[in-house]
Amino acid sequence: MSIFINKQTRVLVQGITGKQGSFHTAQMLEYGTNIVAGVSPGKGGQSVEGLPVYDTVFAAMEKEPVDASILFIPAPFAKDAAYEALSAGVKIIVLIPEHIPLHDAMDIMAYARKQDAVVVGPNTFGLVSSGSSKIGIMPNRYFVPGPVGIVSRSGTLCYEIVGHLTEHDIGTTTVVGLGGDRVVGLNFIDVLSRFEEDPETKAVILVGEIGGSSEEEAAAYISTSMKKPVIAYLAGRSAPPGKRMGHAGAIIERGRGTFESKVKALNAAGVEVAGLPTEVPALIKKILS
Amino acid sequence: MKLYEYLGKKLFHRYDIPVPQSKMAESSEEAAEAAAELGDVVIKSQVLSGKRGKAGGIAFASNPGEARTEAERILNMRLNDLTVEKLLVEEKLQIEQELYLALTVDGALRCPVVLASLDGGMDVEEVAEDRMIKWPIDVSIGLQDYMTREICRKMGVSGALQKEFIKLLPKLYKMFRELDAELAEINPLALTPDGLVAADAKVTIDDDALYRHPQLPRVKEKTDLELKAEELDIAYVELEGDIAVMANGAGITMATLDMVQHYGGAAANFLDFGGGADVERTAQALELLLGTNPKVLLINIFGGITRCDIVAEGFVKVRESKGIDLPVSFRMVGTKEAEGRAILEKVGIKTFNSMDDAVRHAVELTGAS
Repeated sequence: MSIFINKQTRVLVQGITGKQGSFHTAQMLEYGTNIVAGVSPGKGGQSVEGLPVYDTVFAAMEKEPVDASILFIPAPFAKDAAYEALSAGVKIIVLIPEHIPLHDAMDIMAYARKQDAVVVGPNTFGLVSSGSSKIGIMPNRYFVPGPVGIVSRSGTLCYEIVGHLTEHDIGTTTVVGLGGDRVVGLNFIDVLSRFEEDPETKAVILVGEIGGSSEEEAAAYISTSMKKPVIAYLAGRSAPPGKRMGHAGAIIERGRGTFESKVKALNAAGVEVAGLPTEVPALIKKILS
Repeated sequence: MKLYEYLGKKLFHRYDIPVPQSKMAESSEEAAEAAAELGDVVIKSQVLSGKRGKAGGIAFASNPGEARTEAERILNMRLNDLTVEKLLVEEKLQIEQELYLALTVDGALRCPVVLASLDGGMDVEEVAEDRMIKWPIDVSIGLQDYMTREICRKMGVSGALQKEFIKLLPKLYKMFRELDAELAEINPLALTPDGLVAADAKVTIDDDALYRHPQLPRVKEKTDLELKAEELDIAYVELEGDIAVMANGAGITMATLDMVQHYGGAAANFLDFGGGADVERTAQALELLLGTNPKVLLINIFGGITRCDIVAEGFVKVRESKGIDLPVSFRMVGTKEAEGRAILEKVGIKTFNSMDDAVRHAVELTGAS
């Protein structure tokens, strides 16, 4: 079992003929993702990795209806492409690009709500249901099936943690990247609630960072609504206030979003916070045994 | 991009939001001239820092002589560690009441939110939670008058003042949306005999949207190195320590800094050169770091879409062309790990498997040198 996506999920790649789009299409196919088509305006009729390319999402949907679309579209054009997919009826949109303007992100989220669709990202590595479907850009080999669900705000740090788990023969059900921007579609609570209902997921790892209040909100949800054990790792303990640490959302503003505030909230909800990424496997083993 | 108060007020003026009469001054003489024209004035230092009043960066003057003395003092002071280059000399308002009004983005709700309070003029964190009215706005319908009426009702505002809000708030919202602002804050929003006037302006524009606002002024807040990094699209922040850090991904870079601190070291910077870097980009990032004269270089690569062999090649390229004579602690795992290690071993650089070991080694190296 897994959440959001599985082996049957039919996937579209928007921006499939670009360098990133074509490279990750090959990687996703290798992982086993059920990609059925791609879109690149003006490139309809071509093929990439044996997949048909269409000019528009509507044209693709007429031939190959899809459940999800992943976007490899430059930030200035991402809003238009996301609107197109939402308008054509795609229900899961994965927004890979970084630097999408904040107001564009808010516009996309408002339309997605109206279309009753799920948006992952922007500025995300995507999501993967281990062993069955990957809609994202994470390295294939670390994501092996197992009992742990992971939800993370950052990419490489999440791989680091998954890497430590893999070393200890601990696999994952689904791993979801929320994205590093200030406004993103899925939040911790959306994903935690799915893990809570997923029979295969036995424990959950939350990978957070400084900035915003989503870890604090997650903590409140965990204490009231979750039975499954959750542990956390948070990045940014040493970050100075007022500086954006790479992610647009990773900033301590006006005394809010501090490391201390997040640890305090999570601990109060019974969530143990690992001091170092290397400590995560031991904490998970303790819970699973 | 944070805007200086005077730039924020220029934008307010463009959107028909009332601001005080004012003149800019860069010398005490200009301040005196402005005071001669405006009468009773307030002289405000233009720096990108809050709490200017408490730090002595704001002064009142009732004649040109006083204005000259105060301007002289402020221009010569260090304000929260910043130099003051510009002064905003404004007519002194007749303030009956100080209010608070702002538009910002609520990440949790994924939409803009209006913040309004009758308790203005103070630090926004000091306003009691129940005295700050928050109203989220669905961008698909935008700000409507009923929202303003509701915000006013919650504040306990009616009559003429409510009418003032209904005039003003849509202008602020229009500016916030059209200019891709992250924050448009008026604190205090002054109630004067002539109605509401923006006595201060704090406006921040989304860096990611600057490309579509060529008409907006560019405010330089970053250091030269941070600007160079921005040109290269490398996320870079200067810090105070002596271990230069470079990693791929914002989260793992932060975690590397945390670990440096955990083992008793101090990082000189945050540098995330992103995923999928090529040789050129790796070399550029390295050159940027070497320009800060660190004691030790710590490189942490977890290769996903980033290839270890390419990073290794970039490193060797810079080492050969520029020379890297400081100690290096190199961690490298993931895609093309064996190839990357082989390239580095050829030039006598050993790599670590684990982030822990590499960070510990880097901290030890600072003690040794």
